[in-house]
Amino acid sequence: MTATSLARACALAAAFTLSLASGAAAGEYNLTVDRVTLDTGDFTRSAIGYNGSTTPTVLRFKEGEEVTINVTNNLDEDTSVHWHGLILPYQQDGVPGMSFDGIKPGETFTYRFPIVQSGTYWFHSHSGFQEPDGAYGAIVIEPEGREPFRFDREYVVQLADAHPHSGHRIMRNLKLMPDYYNRQQRTLLDFLSDSRDRGLAAALDDRGAWGDMRMMPTDVEDLQGFTPLINGKGPRQNWTGLFEPGERIRLRFINSSAMTYFDIRIPGLEMTVVQADGNNVQPVPVDEFRIAVAETYDVIVRPTEDRAYTIFAESMGRTAFARGTLAPREGMEAEVPDLREPPLLTMADMGMAHGDHGSMDHGAMAEGAMDHRSMGHGAGQPTHTMPDGSVMQGMNHGTMDHGTMNHSAMGHGSMSQDAMQMAATDPFYAPGSGLTPQAADGGKFLSYADLKAQKPLYEHRDATREIELRLTGNMERYIWSINGVKYADAEPIRLQYGERVRFKFVNETMMTHPMHLHGMWSILDVGQGKWNPVKHVVSVSPGTTVFMETEVDAPGVWAFHCHLSYHMDAGMFRKVIVEGGPAGKSADLPATPRQSIGG
Amino acid sequence: MRRHIFIAAALAPVLVWTGPATAEPMIYGLQVEQAERRFDDGSDLYAWDFDALAGTDELKLVWRSEAEYLTQSSRFETLENQLRLQMPISTFFDAAVGVRLDTPAGEDRAYGVIGVKGLAPQWFELDADLYVGETSFLRVEAEYEGLITNRIILTPSLELDTPLGDDEALGVGAFAPTLEVGARLSYDLLDRAVAPYIGVHYERRFGETADLARAEGEQRDNLYFVVGTKMLF
Ligand SMILES: [Cu+2]
Repeated sequence: MTATSLARACALAAAFTLSLASGAAAGEYNLTVDRVTLDTGDFTRSAIGYNGSTTPTVLRFKEGEEVTINVTNNLDEDTSVHWHGLILPYQQDGVPGMSFDGIKPGETFTYRFPIVQSGTYWFHSHSGFQEPDGAYGAIVIEPEGREPFRFDREYVVQLADAHPHSGHRIMRNLKLMPDYYNRQQRTLLDFLSDSRDRGLAAALDDRGAWGDMRMMPTDVEDLQGFTPLINGKGPRQNWTGLFEPGERIRLRFINSSAMTYFDIRIPGLEMTVVQADGNNVQPVPVDEFRIAVAETYDVIVRPTEDRAYTIFAESMGRTAFARGTLAPREGMEAEVPDLREPPLLTMADMGMAHGDHGSMDHGAMAEGAMDHRSMGHGAGQPTHTMPDGSVMQGMNHGTMDHGTMNHSAMGHGSMSQDAMQMAATDPFYAPGSGLTPQAADGGKFLSYADLKAQKPLYEHRDATREIELRLTGNMERYIWSINGVKYADAEPIRLQYGERVRFKFVNETMMTHPMHLHGMWSILDVGQGKWNPVKHVVSVSPGTTVFMETEVDAPGVWAFHCHLSYHMDAGMFRKVIVEGGPAGKSADLPATPRQSIGG
Repeated sequence: MRRHIFIAAALAPVLVWTGPATAEPMIYGLQVEQAERRFDDGSDLYAWDFDALAGTDELKLVWRSEAEYLTQSSRFETLENQLRLQMPISTFFDAAVGVRLDTPAGEDRAYGVIGVKGLAPQWFELDADLYVGETSFLRVEAEYEGLITNRIILTPSLELDTPLGDDEALGVGAFAPTLEVGARLSYDLLDRAVAPYIGVHYERRFGETADLARAEGEQRDNLYFVVGTKMLF
């Protein structure tokens, strides 16, 4: 860097610092990106880690602080660090090709930005498949003021889905054979047991309906065969957090998986959800909750007994579990539950009648909770948009009805599970969805609908316009897209500074997509007006329509994508350009790369 | 000459259609459907059938090879190599154009190829190709992967070759087809990468093609027991 440009950068940085509230502390942090060997207890592989460790690095910031983070790339390929969920100038956001050029091998890049929020977040590489390969860590930000809830100690519980294959290899395999990693497909043996339970005709109907669409009711997890980790440790290695009975423990759950949703419970303990995606929510006591890829949830638990408790996180497809322990002393263990039966998608998840049931239309919401129409034939003229855009009208999904209504014998496991799924309602799942979660002990399962902001971040106002984003894909070719167009062929989404944009997500695929907008908050519409929760990831279940609103208050170029790594890479990604905005706002802040000595 | 014009005409729209390259990662792989030994009293043979491919979602270059090698007489009964460009034409189907060169023991042949390949409802994999040469052919292949368990898979398959004219040198008669049906029971040993199988393979010639075979001292039909492996890399 030349002397003049250095001076200019310093001057700008100084000017920016001065413009901050006085008394802002400044902290300097160092991160190295390294090749490491990961041992999950099930397999060992070469992976990527920060600061030379397979235990995720936790960065602790304080709200109001101006941070300087020196990231040194010790890999032999480019890297980047994206600060997931942080509100910052776009040049500091760490997306190669959008925010900056990436960090070359041997180079040290210095990130510099003010911390304007508090809560639990995380960071990860946005280059290639480095994040699935292990390039992730946690961010904990202490608030300037007091926390609105009490706790005596806290732990980061960072989940991941470590896979024996590298991300590149996984992507190539998925492109060659989209069901490469699906080892839970319906088999002849399943068919025989279905025929026995439901009758041959119903079993044939079911197979026929799915076969006609060339889709599979087992497409819940694209990627199986992984070992879930908690703070870098596999189930056998049993990450343990210590406590003294009677203490309140704050657990900061972060899902840093490439592809895996988890259903989390701690048998014997009630959890009180106090924060979602870094923002405080009105406390919700739950027995279990689902964490989408890239989400964070903070919960408080209060174990009173002198015993161990298992933190049990089942993958949504029930192919694997993460396991950790809370215990008064090191080495203690509690019982580890069995995995539950894998869910099966239903015709409801195929997007039957989407657009009209719109689970998140106000009004429809309250009704949706009680409404069992779509279980039967009463849902009017259901339509189903096929991956190629054609629409099937009035498809009759006999299988669901026959399968679940007629046979009240209930002797068989699959039957009663189906019946339970039918009874379960959550407005964020298509009515009749096979994915609707249920607490293992029959208790309370957290729904998005339970999330209410502790303190509204923005004044509530009507959106200035609506943008519809249909989540689309072609499972057979493993192409994922938005509005039928993949990233490589797409125009950027242009927003105007000062707008309040309402995004309408219509999930036309059979998979669940955690949509993540960089740089600005995603206000999830749960029908609570100004109390709608403020998030950075909005998970959209199959066959549902979900709305979120964004105050467009951050100029620059931002990424907007599905956070499933292989969906993102396969095209479910958009560039967002925020035009306009006051001069001197974040867009003008310079990025300040510098060459490391000898690098 | 006519053949060359045909191929050029088939390729031209493809080249225009693909337009400028995008920065997408390359997809490449080797899919071996059959690599097997076929056992039959006195006339054992080795056979393979694979696609090696490289390209993007929009356009792939595929090298398709099929062969039958007679162990006793140490010669290729069939040896077909195709170079194909493959591109999507619908959600589940690709179109392919290319060239095919047959260089077995005996007469060589060259063809232009145009075809479709994809997944039909109820999970049938279909491949239909028109080979245009001195004597043209229509070939239809169908395959179904029946999951007995998630690792033990029964794959019935069918291939029908129909010559659209006489080619005495090749021993085929117009509209007298050759049929191959098989069933292979495989086990996914290493992921999907290596799946050994056993099975049966049956070939039968019809009409004039059968008559010509008989005149050559060959049988009208053959039933083989097969041992081999599927591969995907
Ligand atoms: Cu996705």
